[in-house]
Amino acid sequence: MKKSWWKILAVVLLVYTIVGGLLLDVPRLMIVNESIRALYFHVPMWFGMVLMYLISVIYAIKYLRRNDPEADIASAGFAHTGLVFGFLGILTGMIWANYTWGTPWHGDPKQNGAAIATLIYLAYFILRGSLENQEQRARLSAVYAIFAFAAMIPLIFIIPRLSSSMHPGSGGNPGFNMYDLDSTMRRVFYPAVVGWILLGIWIASVRIRLINVEEKIHELEYEKNK
Amino acid sequence: MKKINSLLAIMIVAIPAFSQEPEMADAMRSEGKIYVVVAILLLILGGLVAYLVTLDRKVTRLEKKLEENRHS
Repeated sequence: MKKSWWKILAVVLLVYTIVGGLLLDVPRLMIVNESIRALYFHVPMWFGMVLMYLISVIYAIKYLRRNDPEADIASAGFAHTGLVFGFLGILTGMIWANYTWGTPWHGDPKQNGAAIATLIYLAYFILRGSLENQEQRARLSAVYAIFAFAAMIPLIFIIPRLSSSMHPGSGGNPGFNMYDLDSTMRRVFYPAVVGWILLGIWIASVRIRLINVEEKIHELEYEKNK
Repeated sequence: MKKINSLLAIMIVAIPAFSQEPEMADAMRSEGKIYVVVAILLLILGGLVAYLVTLDRKVTRLEKKLEENRHS
């Protein structure tokens, strides 16, 4: 139980996100109205996705340096969880956009960028699935993971800021301008981000451990058949 | 003078926009129905977390079993 304190922290923060996110005061704004609370759930998906992809790329670099097959499995596991977060981010964004912008897909630069980044990461799994040889698969996908991360950052963080995006904090604005006015939302938003990220790490770790077990079983079977 | 005029113009446009209160779910809150939503979301979160905990434990069991098999 000692090792799982952060899992308990994740649950506590998520319970707080739901209770605080729905019951605490939020700024009264036109257009978004009460739906501003979706911020506590939609935006942490992107924070989670970016962090999962970041951990994935760190393990990819680790694999290339040390040739450790477990680093390859970890890299793939975090990329997989990041992809789930990305899909949830896109879908929740579409629901929210339908309400505030009028259409689910607005062609907003950030929306398009997120969609392209998700496609790039989908290709990562096509690449992994198409290679039989473990070493070849690990090396190629590690290199691709670095490329995918390097492509994702400008697509999500830079291009939407250079053009006019309807997302707050984009279109030339440096950051959380709209929310900077309101410290009440930060009280829930930051714990929400940490909570969702910890949950993502938890899910990824279970998946990675499961695939490691699977690999070890394969090894045992291979030794037996020798 | 131009600046003052444009400032006035902005105020004239902006005042009606601000005088109207954005619509919030105040009635839903005062009736206490928001707690229904909170309860449902907490239950879903609790259920998913409980499921994740059982998966986590199952993997731990598999890892232990595999270690035992290796040494035997």
